[in-house]
Amino acid sequence: MSNNLRQGSLHIVNVSRIRKRGALSISEGRIRVMIKWFWSNLAAAALSPTLYLLSIGIGVGKLINTHSGGVDGVKYLTFLAPALLATAAIQNAMDEAVFPTLDGFKWSKSFFAMNATPISSSQIADGILIAALVRTFFSVTIYGCTIYFFGGFSSLRGWLAIPTALFAGAAFGAFILGIAAATNNDDSFFMILGRFVMMPLFLFSGTFYQLATMPFYMRWIGLGIAAATNNDDSFFMILGRFVMMPLFLFSGTFYQLATMPFYLRWIGWISPLWHATELSRYFTYGHRLSGVMVLVHAGFLIAMFIFGLHNARKQFTKRLSK
Amino acid sequence: MEDISQNPVLIQAKGLSKRYGEFVAVAGIDFEVKKGESFGFLGPNGAGKSTTMRIIAATLNRSSGEITILGKDPEKYGPEIKAHLGVVPQTDNLDNNLTVEENLFVYGRYFGLSKKFINSKIEELLDFAQLVEKRSVKVETLSGGMKRRLTIARALVSEPEILMLDEPTTGLDPQARHILWDRLFRLKEQGVTLLITTHYMDEAEQLCDRLMVMDKGSIMAEDSPAGLIKKYSTREVLEVRFGSDRNATIAPELQKLVERIEVLPDRILMYADDGEVILHLLKEKGMHPITSLVRRSSLEDVFLRLTGRTLID
Repeated sequence: MSNNLRQGSLHIVNVSRIRKRGALSISEGRIRVMIKWFWSNLAAAALSPTLYLLSIGIGVGKLINTHSGGVDGVKYLTFLAPALLATAAIQNAMDEAVFPTLDGFKWSKSFFAMNATPISSSQIADGILIAALVRTFFSVTIYGCTIYFFGGFSSLRGWLAIPTALFAGAAFGAFILGIAAATNNDDSFFMILGRFVMMPLFLFSGTFYQLATMPFYMRWIGLGIAAATNNDDSFFMILGRFVMMPLFLFSGTFYQLATMPFYLRWIGWISPLWHATELSRYFTYGHRLSGVMVLVHAGFLIAMFIFGLHNARKQFTKRLSK
Repeated sequence: MEDISQNPVLIQAKGLSKRYGEFVAVAGIDFEVKKGESFGFLGPNGAGKSTTMRIIAATLNRSSGEITILGKDPEKYGPEIKAHLGVVPQTDNLDNNLTVEENLFVYGRYFGLSKKFINSKIEELLDFAQLVEKRSVKVETLSGGMKRRLTIARALVSEPEILMLDEPTTGLDPQARHILWDRLFRLKEQGVTLLITTHYMDEAEQLCDRLMVMDKGSIMAEDSPAGLIKKYSTREVLEVRFGSDRNATIAPELQKLVERIEVLPDRILMYADDGEVILHLLKEKGMHPITSLVRRSSLEDVFLRLTGRTLID
């Protein structure tokens, strides 16, 4: 047995190949873990959209009946689809950037094991992000199919919401990756992220509709869920997927950005969700947008991606060489 | 065992230092490790062993001095050096989400190895680590000893030139330690270059051809375990106890009988080539210790001699 545990790394390890493909090896390992959770990932990808779309079917059906004519010249669901997809992409990219990073640095410390191999710290960051985007693409595609099933795409162009959403996921995922890498205290991190980042992003990005348009008998759902989930950190993942998101929907406190008081609009401006949604509405149904604004929206996401990835690589390198 | 003194030098350090602000973790040390050698850093916690290991592993930059691993500077050629190292860190950092087998597979992929190569390697490594029955089990259910063996197997997936083990048996029960020592000894027999840090003298004696005794970032001595004992201690040690009150008062009397004594809180160590003779002499002079023990000198005695302190304090 084991008589050929020979020392052959000089012959079998090809460093220049690792320099090129190291990040993909990291992604491969991550995806292997995701596959273990395939069915629950699939359920998460399909279930929360269904919840959204059903809630919108009820809440928005009433709105459309009352005002008859949709929003922005299209059916309300068509107006909403880009925002929903971008929201899902951002949420997915965030989960897959945050959890593996906290695990890798703090819980199992597996990043330190990766760092002992020829793969560089920057490649570890890249690999985690790539895997996060594979997962995001998977989820957003399933979501897109669900929207299609509910008749949310007015034409084939509607599918362009998927790459746009993925783009938003990449930007926000890269941004969050660097922050997660710099985070030592994970409990407060989740709290801050959930309460002060994700929530305002959804609320103030001109995504949904007003509570007043919901049937009165639906309003209690938001309040009831809010009371039941107060401060329960252990079920953060489930909360994020099945509670927090429906909470936003059923509480329905959403405005279009332009109807918001000026002093609150900045939250939308810094939100990748708003930029991605505007861009996506422009692509999918011809939402009126000047050429300059198209560039501004795309530029914002590109800048966020570049800054985010640069910072993530820096934080990974710093933490792994401490 | 073959003569390794003529083998090529794999690691060479000159004036190697690491400082964190005012604190000096490694204080300008020189050493050389040859191919096929089993080299140990022995010292208490905080001696600078792990810091030195991390500099060699190209995961920590030095503050000053020179070091080459396989002839390369780790600050310039990190990936080129890491490609040929197998690293077993002080605390296991296996991927808890994956099974035993998958941990080996994924790690092999980080070295850019082909699936086919890794799959055949896994069989060999599971056998080596005595984990064949546990192959499909999630890592978190393994015992401490099994995790340790898996971490070592993982480090071997790329057939490294140098296997680095930081405190390989700390926290393991005696049986698990012996199984691990047996595995490491097999690697040594196969000519794998081993770099080991430990604060266990028995481990150092079992596994290392050559030892560097470290304390407070400096090298106190360097030789084979037997050479160190010969140089810094006597062949035997007589341990006597007179009770905690009398130990200190009787010490000057005992000092007259042997070349050197060490007064510890609970006992007195008397260094002599023949402990029985000294014990006999004590009794002749009417000094009757409560307990007495004659044993061979160990690295613990060497460390005590060099630093005035015990290894584990």
